[in-house]
Amino acid sequence: MSIKVDVQLNCQGLSCPMPILRTKKAMDHMEPGQVLELQATDPGSYADIQGWAKNTGHQYLGTKQEKDVLKHYLRKAKPSEFIAEHQHPHRIENEELARLLEQKEAPLLIDVREPAEYAFGHIPGAISMPFAQLGSRLEELPKEKRIYVICRTGNRSDMAAKEFTEHGFVDVVNVVPGMSQWDGAIDSETNG
Amino acid sequence: MKKMTAQEVASKIIYGELLFILDVRNEEDYAKWRIEGKRVTSVNIPYFDLLDGVEHARDQLPQDERDIVVVCAKEGSSRFVAEQLEEAGLKEVYYLEGGMKTWSETIFPVKIGDLTGGGSIYQFNRIGKGCLSYLIESQGEAVVIDAGRLTDVFEQFALEKGFTIHHVLDTHLHADHISGGRALSEKVGATYYLPPRDAEEVTYSYEPLLEGETIQVGQARIRIQSLYSPGHTIGSTSFIVDDQYLLSGDILFVDSIGRPDLAGKAEDWVRDLRETLYERYSALSSELIVLPAHYSKISEMGDEGRVFAKLGELYQSNAGLQVANQEVFRKMVTDNLPPQPHAYQEVRQTNMGKMTPSAEEQREMEMGPNRCAVHDSSESRRK
Repeated sequence: MSIKVDVQLNCQGLSCPMPILRTKKAMDHMEPGQVLELQATDPGSYADIQGWAKNTGHQYLGTKQEKDVLKHYLRKAKPSEFIAEHQHPHRIENEELARLLEQKEAPLLIDVREPAEYAFGHIPGAISMPFAQLGSRLEELPKEKRIYVICRTGNRSDMAAKEFTEHGFVDVVNVVPGMSQWDGAIDSETNG
Repeated sequence: MKKMTAQEVASKIIYGELLFILDVRNEEDYAKWRIEGKRVTSVNIPYFDLLDGVEHARDQLPQDERDIVVVCAKEGSSRFVAEQLEEAGLKEVYYLEGGMKTWSETIFPVKIGDLTGGGSIYQFNRIGKGCLSYLIESQGEAVVIDAGRLTDVFEQFALEKGFTIHHVLDTHLHADHISGGRALSEKVGATYYLPPRDAEEVTYSYEPLLEGETIQVGQARIRIQSLYSPGHTIGSTSFIVDDQYLLSGDILFVDSIGRPDLAGKAEDWVRDLRETLYERYSALSSELIVLPAHYSKISEMGDEGRVFAKLGELYQSNAGLQVANQEVFRKMVTDNLPPQPHAYQEVRQTNMGKMTPSAEEQREMEMGPNRCAVHDSSESRRK
């Protein structure tokens, strides 16, 4: 079996984290679809390279062993294959939020879409706080309470959740996928 | 960058101090084996997810003043991550010196109690493996039981306390770790004892441990009485020390019982195991304090990190001691055998003297968790 390799990376004799660190740097300079051969002697590289590939979206093709040298093969992912980088870890789905809204104590829900989007339809009780204004309006919310953040598809609310967390909010939850798939109650400010 | 030694981590676990571990190995290795303790919190974020920065790891780390110890396989990646955490402004961040490789070999001695007429018994806890060894001392004379491969700790301890090691005993031919018994006895000029029925294939000479044999320690005449108790292996022998302690080897643990299959004979030996647990042991005083050679859950560790229980209490609480019926017992044991320990065949060959692997190979053979117990027998009982 011959493998067409675009880039060879020699990490023989190096121990972790170096083989993975160098692989990442080499991959940054490669074109999507190109194949990298990583030569390593650290047996730990076998599991780690697969873990790294899985978590980034790059494709791990396989490993060949020649004496003490492990040759790992990786194909660089296309942009569409990348796993979204480092999303906010706490999230719930729309259905879970719908259930929470039926409870006695209403959840604190922040809608970070633009004012116009909010005006045409939002969840009853949701507070409008457009993403662009977030930084100047943080004082309006309690830092120690659980806060649910929602937008249209879950992306802006993910960024907002991370921003809240960075500013010391202890319990922030992103609602996914968000208003685009919401089939529960809606308030609108355009009916009247 | 600050380091924490494995000995310091062991001390924190033994004395129940708060500790936060950020384990940066891959998810698979973490799932198989990690640092545990009653007040240890750990999270797993592989180092290869932290190549672009540690910002997103911060919300998984404690916000209080607690020490954070970054852990990896050998140290390199934990230094890499700890350095970044420090640059990100975290203060009490350490890396574990030598990583899990060193952790696996860390042994912490704890005193269990005094002996009548003077003398003490100590438990040596290899926390990373759940292996327990013992040192019994009276008037400067010491006996070491079930010594592991790393024998320096016993020599060092004896030296500090002014003890001379006269006898070295193994309860059975071990399958999960390499015995240090023979090496230790040769180094200190002690006699090495093994149960003869486990030693039929060994390539070296030893003193046979026969049932009823007593070994004296010191002038106070601490009596170590051998009790033939097969089941984990055909030769498994227990020791009654000073009429107070029952050193049960791999036959009876605090939370479980020994497995009978590591020499490939589950069906043959399960009968012996049942007989030892339900007939031989039950005829002993219920006041005896059971000191096993292993533990598998951190919950088995009591105050000050000591692993022990009264025999009478185990007949009430240990799930493996509640199934007197021969057939039900056989099924419970054979249905609940966990995966066999890493390289256990090679470990047995080494302990017989048939293989002489290098120090690095021996270390590699012992990697991973201990698996000498029958697991979750309580759950199977409820089924």
